[in-house]
Amino acid sequence: MDARAIVVTSGKGGVGKTTTTANVGAALAKLGEKVAVIDVDVGLRNLDVVMGLEGRVVFDLIDVLEGRCKRSQALIKDKRLDGLYLLPASQTKDKESLDPEKFRHLVKALIEEEGFNRVLIDSPAGIERGFQTAATPAEGALVVVNPEVSSVRDADRIIGMLEAREVRENFLVINRLRPKMVERGDMLSVEDVQEILGLRPIGIVPEDEKVLVSSNEGEPLVLKNGSLAGNAFMDVARRIRGESVPFPDFREKSGLMGTLRKLFGGG
Amino acid sequence: MAWFWQRNKSKDVLKERLKLTLAYDRAQLAPGMVDALKNDLLEVLKRYFPAEHDALNVELEQRGEKVVMIANIPLR
Repeated sequence: MDARAIVVTSGKGGVGKTTTTANVGAALAKLGEKVAVIDVDVGLRNLDVVMGLEGRVVFDLIDVLEGRCKRSQALIKDKRLDGLYLLPASQTKDKESLDPEKFRHLVKALIEEEGFNRVLIDSPAGIERGFQTAATPAEGALVVVNPEVSSVRDADRIIGMLEAREVRENFLVINRLRPKMVERGDMLSVEDVQEILGLRPIGIVPEDEKVLVSSNEGEPLVLKNGSLAGNAFMDVARRIRGESVPFPDFREKSGLMGTLRKLFGGG
Repeated sequence: MAWFWQRNKSKDVLKERLKLTLAYDRAQLAPGMVDALKNDLLEVLKRYFPAEHDALNVELEQRGEKVVMIANIPLR
């Protein structure tokens, strides 16, 4: 992706925006980029706890925008990973206090003056002002979608709104895919979601219990090796950087039943 | 033998539902409006030739960038 300012959004809540922001941000830093992840969910701050940086929050996004502190004072440097910085949302203010134009200038300054290669913006759920503000500085978007009815419908609205705002470089992150259910025909496949929404995936993340474990511990999955979801987020970062990474086949090696089913001409 | 393993796939049901729902969403139409339109259309049609409600079929369809409305009017 050429986009340096990327909004992570979904319309529907609870589909994995914050997890995606934390992990893709950490993965990009791991690949050598200087990355700022910004929590724009003012009043419902969460990116700090998911990343395990909650204890270090002093100033927040609104403080920077209203000139109460310098940019560098509010950016929390992640000590586990060179080049990863968090700008937390304000927990006490409301979304109205976030000025879209000031926010646009801040993101521009981070890239042009502070030398950030990439800014990931964690958007609040919904299609109202909070989302609109989060999308204001964005040149591209990761639309996080789960393969289920309400998430796909909401993603379609968000994609329409991104296009209306002329956010151009948009990709799907299909999250919480259950390969077994897809195989049974009880869950939309990656191809189905792509066909319905008319957007290409840049990430396919299988359902993985380790996602919850890592957020319990405040340790982004990509910091450790060897989980399905962590690898998938790592691949997203590589694709963002222009590497061509094939999508792995998440289907389990067929056991006896699978072999039988194939013999009989089924799935 | 494929019949042995086949059943209605819930994702196919969902896919059809989503395609229709998104066509209405994108056109910013209430699905109920199309039914009302169908009734009005039928009234007008009846002034010119015999038409039946059940045979009249009005649907929205996504064609590339555009959502188009398609009316199928069988003439007896």
